[in-house]
Amino acid sequence: MSITDSAPRPPRTGATPEILTGSGAILRSLELLGVTDVFGLPGGAIMPFYDELMASTAIRHILVRHEQGAGHAAEGYAVASGKLGVAIATSGPGATNLVTAIADAYMDSVPLLAITGQVFSTLMGTDAFQEADIVGITMPITKHSFLVKRVEDVPATIAAAVHIATTGRPGPVLVDVTKDVQQAKAPFIWPPKLDLPGYRPVTKAHGKQVTAAAQLLAEAQRPVLYVGGGVIRARAAEELATFARLVGAPVVTTLMARGAFPDSDPLHLGMPGMHGSVPAVLALQESDLIVSLGARFDDRVTGKASEFAPHAKVVHVDIDPAEIGKIRAADVPIVGDLRDVLVDLTVAFRDATERRAADYAAWWTRLDQLRESYPLGYTDLDDGLLSPQAVIERIGQLSGPEAVYAAGVGQHQMWSAQFIKYERPNSWLNSGGAGTMGYAVPAAMGAKVAEPGRVVWAIDGDGCFQMTNQELATCTINEIPIKVAIINNSSLGMVRQWQTLFYEGRHSFTDLNTGHDTVMIPDFVKLAEAYGALAIRVRTPEEVDPAIELALATNDRPVVIDFIVSRDAMVWPMVPQGVGNSRVQYARDHAPEWEED
Amino acid sequence: MSHVLSLLVEDKPGLLTRVAGLFARRGFNIESLAVGKSEVEGLSRITVVVDVDEVPLEQVTKQLNKLINVIKVVELDPTASVMREHLLIKVRVDNTSRSQILEAVTLFRARVVDVSPDALVIEVTGDSGKVQALLRILEPYGIKEIAQSGLLAIGRGGKSITERVFKN
Repeated sequence: MSITDSAPRPPRTGATPEILTGSGAILRSLELLGVTDVFGLPGGAIMPFYDELMASTAIRHILVRHEQGAGHAAEGYAVASGKLGVAIATSGPGATNLVTAIADAYMDSVPLLAITGQVFSTLMGTDAFQEADIVGITMPITKHSFLVKRVEDVPATIAAAVHIATTGRPGPVLVDVTKDVQQAKAPFIWPPKLDLPGYRPVTKAHGKQVTAAAQLLAEAQRPVLYVGGGVIRARAAEELATFARLVGAPVVTTLMARGAFPDSDPLHLGMPGMHGSVPAVLALQESDLIVSLGARFDDRVTGKASEFAPHAKVVHVDIDPAEIGKIRAADVPIVGDLRDVLVDLTVAFRDATERRAADYAAWWTRLDQLRESYPLGYTDLDDGLLSPQAVIERIGQLSGPEAVYAAGVGQHQMWSAQFIKYERPNSWLNSGGAGTMGYAVPAAMGAKVAEPGRVVWAIDGDGCFQMTNQELATCTINEIPIKVAIINNSSLGMVRQWQTLFYEGRHSFTDLNTGHDTVMIPDFVKLAEAYGALAIRVRTPEEVDPAIELALATNDRPVVIDFIVSRDAMVWPMVPQGVGNSRVQYARDHAPEWEED
Repeated sequence: MSHVLSLLVEDKPGLLTRVAGLFARRGFNIESLAVGKSEVEGLSRITVVVDVDEVPLEQVTKQLNKLINVIKVVELDPTASVMREHLLIKVRVDNTSRSQILEAVTLFRARVVDVSPDALVIEVTGDSGKVQALLRILEPYGIKEIAQSGLLAIGRGGKSITERVFKN
């Protein structure tokens, strides 16, 4: 991936390099690397940098209300645009507040640069005020991390960090800069020499493996293209569409890959996994060849891995060699950049089927039968309350595929993945791997900064919303008019669903008292108004469309809609945890028939 | 089963934490670890013995390769490499046992590096088998203290791990 769409500005030339402070060098490096927006919050150890930042005309800094918000905003910015996201925090608690977002970016391969201030190098190791070993803390959750203790090292470190974050399998990189480095001065040398002898991501795949994969695909009877988030990170959606349409095999898109392949395409069977569509789940389960494209056989996709797709051979394409064979052995491993690999595969498949065309007719008969018998759907409950699925579906229909949708984590996230129709990559933002509640509002904020021309929704739960809604202040003050739909079922809904299903209905500490028939604390409408947002409460089906339409028409401030929905609605289909995917339940106590042998 | 991995790494702060942390995080057990400079300035060499099966070993290797400061990971084949442990053993002696112990030291081509009236410090280098055998012999006399290095290993023949790296 490139860092930004705009070309970096040419470095200043001159016989003697300019003398800059370390802070100035960080700023200049970011500018030269094409960074235009950063999210952060100052504190003691990062003050020298903030002093420089104030004067920058090239970089817009958005002052968040909590560093976690900066982290998720940078993620949302990155995912919506494909550019690098940048978050800035001070030492100690400022840095540790970034940790959740960094972990989130690590799990979902989001190109994120986190810059943190560190106490004076002379104080490091003395338990100084606001000292935390953030490099140590984030080692397991970053692609790489740097501690800068020499001012001369600043430009090369920032450049290396950005290079690592945005190339290969993208991910978060942390740069911790001591306060004395920020204050010291050194000649600014650009472009710096990147010295990364141990970092050489493989992008061009092995031709022999590509041919072998195409051959398997040509011979397969029941193939499935198992598409993961890697297709989006590789910007390979177009290449995928060309390939898939040539092959004519069914496509499933994982939670991270929603939008990588258009939902409207007849080849698309939907999302696989724990809450996937029955056709997608069973297609994988019954297939004889899985072509995994930037997916990682997550446990939420495979169910019990030993029972996953028992008759399938596997072609596994990923830019990260460590993903191949991690969960499921690959018959044909392909390491490379999906954008290139898909082009190569397209050519190879054409060659492989030159004499004899692939024939998946019988497979499609079976799949179409599954599609007909088990379409995605929901039934309204008889409690007179709104169906959350209906609300989310309407948001999608009225806002359209050009909008951006960010979700929190839980039931509303699954419904948003199921009932909004995605037609383009980078339109669906969520915390897939880490499952970070509170992701939606700040991520939507970041997305809106990156893509100001698009409608950006945060579809949030009442639990999630209470974790990060402080960023509404950031949105209002900085004129970032996001739209928030709170799917308010007055509970930690997904946990409650599991309690209903697997803990004999013992709803242990999942009531939040925000919704129907409760004290409604906090009152989300009042809260949103306090933040300067337009706030709407919706209780009946008739109010749904007008509220969404008003939200879509309002662009001078954020909008928050408090949808009071049924708390008993559940996410279906579902594969209970720890069992094989053939045990998928279409609805409660209703398992589809499938061809077991 | 034990495997010997040789890692060529950049000599950067926190490198050992990254490597050791990776093993711990992914649930792999380190049996032995030896770290030192390599023949190339700025590069260190880590020899690590890990007890895993073939498939998880591949995963360890790939994960290690993902660490930015790790330049090269090779598994050393025991039949095509030299492997040595280095041990310092403090053993209790008296006038009757001293000569027997010195005899064992000679037999094992070990060396006495410190002498005192009631103890000897013995230095021994060899493969695990030899080192263990000497320890068994010395055991009855009373071993007071042991300091042991991690296993060191290097491939036989003219090729070197750094050569292969810098050729590309």
